[in-house]
Amino acid sequence: MSEERKYDRVAYYPGCALEGTGHAYNRSTKAVGKALGLKLDEVKNWNCCGAMEVKNIDPKIQTYLSSRVMSIAANEMGHDVVMAPCNGCYHNLKKAEYDLEHDGKSREVVDRLSSKAGHETYEAGQVETIHALDWIKDGIGEDGLKARVKNSLQGVKIANYYGCMYTRPRHIFPEKDAGPGSESTSEPHFMDDLLAAAGAENVDFPLKTACCGGAHTLSDSDISTKLVLNILEAAEAAGADVIATECPTCHSGLEMHQIRAEKRLGRKTTVKILYFTQLLGVALGLSPRKVGVHENVSDSRGFLKEKGLA
Amino acid sequence: MPIHEQSLIRPENIRTHDNLVLDGVDVSGHWSTFIEPRVVTDYNEALEDEIAALPGGEYIHRCWQCGSCTNSCTVNAVNPDFNPRYWIYLIRMGMESELLRDKDIIWQCVSCNKCTYACPRDVEPEGVMKATAHWLEKKGHTPKSPSIIFDEIFAEQVIARGKIEESSIIRTFLKRTGQPLMQDWLIAMARSLMMKLPIGLMRRMGLAVLFRPRTAGWSKARAALEDYVEECEREQRRALGLGNGKPE
Repeated sequence: MSEERKYDRVAYYPGCALEGTGHAYNRSTKAVGKALGLKLDEVKNWNCCGAMEVKNIDPKIQTYLSSRVMSIAANEMGHDVVMAPCNGCYHNLKKAEYDLEHDGKSREVVDRLSSKAGHETYEAGQVETIHALDWIKDGIGEDGLKARVKNSLQGVKIANYYGCMYTRPRHIFPEKDAGPGSESTSEPHFMDDLLAAAGAENVDFPLKTACCGGAHTLSDSDISTKLVLNILEAAEAAGADVIATECPTCHSGLEMHQIRAEKRLGRKTTVKILYFTQLLGVALGLSPRKVGVHENVSDSRGFLKEKGLA
Repeated sequence: MPIHEQSLIRPENIRTHDNLVLDGVDVSGHWSTFIEPRVVTDYNEALEDEIAALPGGEYIHRCWQCGSCTNSCTVNAVNPDFNPRYWIYLIRMGMESELLRDKDIIWQCVSCNKCTYACPRDVEPEGVMKATAHWLEKKGHTPKSPSIIFDEIFAEQVIARGKIEESSIIRTFLKRTGQPLMQDWLIAMARSLMMKLPIGLMRRMGLAVLFRPRTAGWSKARAALEDYVEECEREQRRALGLGNGKPE
């Protein structure tokens, strides 16, 4: 447990969704960090990354928004790692990092906006942005996790759902597809690895990186409902009890359109939806309440009790 | 999986003859289908440049029409008329009137980035879809799509306060698009949450609605971003030949 602990203390960027609909993800991420001895310093005075919307007004606004968060972490807090559990935030910080390194026009706009806004500009390479999955996978590792499991997830069948923003587009994730031990953009496995270490049985789920239609969850709800229903039914067909998520937009999209599919299309699915941090949390011996299971729309309390996890 | 391509030939331009005899030879059956001949007179030579001038459209010129974007497309799987490769072709050819036939669905791209992942020429088709949707709206061919309205509400909040508050985005969106707030699924979701949430958390969520979250010391960033948005808007209008007028 000595040399592997490279993420002992990192800057934490929760993002807007984790203060709202994704609060259970925030709570469970912090609780899991505490249980594993990984410390989180929340980025001071952070701002929204722009999610999937602001880039459609102009992508460089989004680059600036992400750069400000990284600048505060690096220049005001002295951190060299920023951990973002939300796929959207994680994606945008990664994209800003890439654009600032490779695109002169983005560099120029960010420098200009930072100076007008009165803070130091962010230089590419000042921080490493990681996802909550990297944080646990590389910070503790499967063996470290296994050693701490108090309440094995044995008998829980999980479909691991990664969504779009964690792996696409490939070029903003240079550390992925980089040989043994690295994450794969076509068949991601970090969440599978962690939950397997916690004792769960991962089912063969073909839609790991399918799209939930999160960008149009409100503006074109019918397509989102179709896409989500496809994911839910595929998970059930694969024999999963639970879909494990790692993104607040995907998570609330699955929950919302599970209800909408039943209301509007008469297609009922019963697969549970939990953040992977909630599943890891109960495996580490935390109570469902400690990891915010009561804050989910989809009610998994009875299910966890049934599996002896509550 | 085969590419279910939308044919470049519109169904109304295909003539099938039941009893066709050419030079005394009966060719009805397999060889009886012909494309209506026509002359294209309405090319818009500037179309590709206009799309390329909008954010996301920059790399459209790299396309070599392999169709990987359409083949990997999430929306195409649901609606076969949604065909990024075909639209990129039309734009590069300058066939504006053909493009306009699909004007009401182009905004439906869900930004899953499967096309950009699959593209062997780094065209970033996802960006091209967004640029095209903006072009349609700025040129007045379509009203603002629900997606663009949502993006605008979201960006307004971020620029104004540094952070967003989800419930006010939802309320503003439903209002601006003229939809009732009381959606059956929204009520079902709220009910499911109310049954489980402790009072303390409910109060915290209520307070977030009243005192919307904001980033401290954001005012200078706000001013800088507002200037920048105006600058972008001016540049785009100029590129589309819409004059240098102020944004509406």
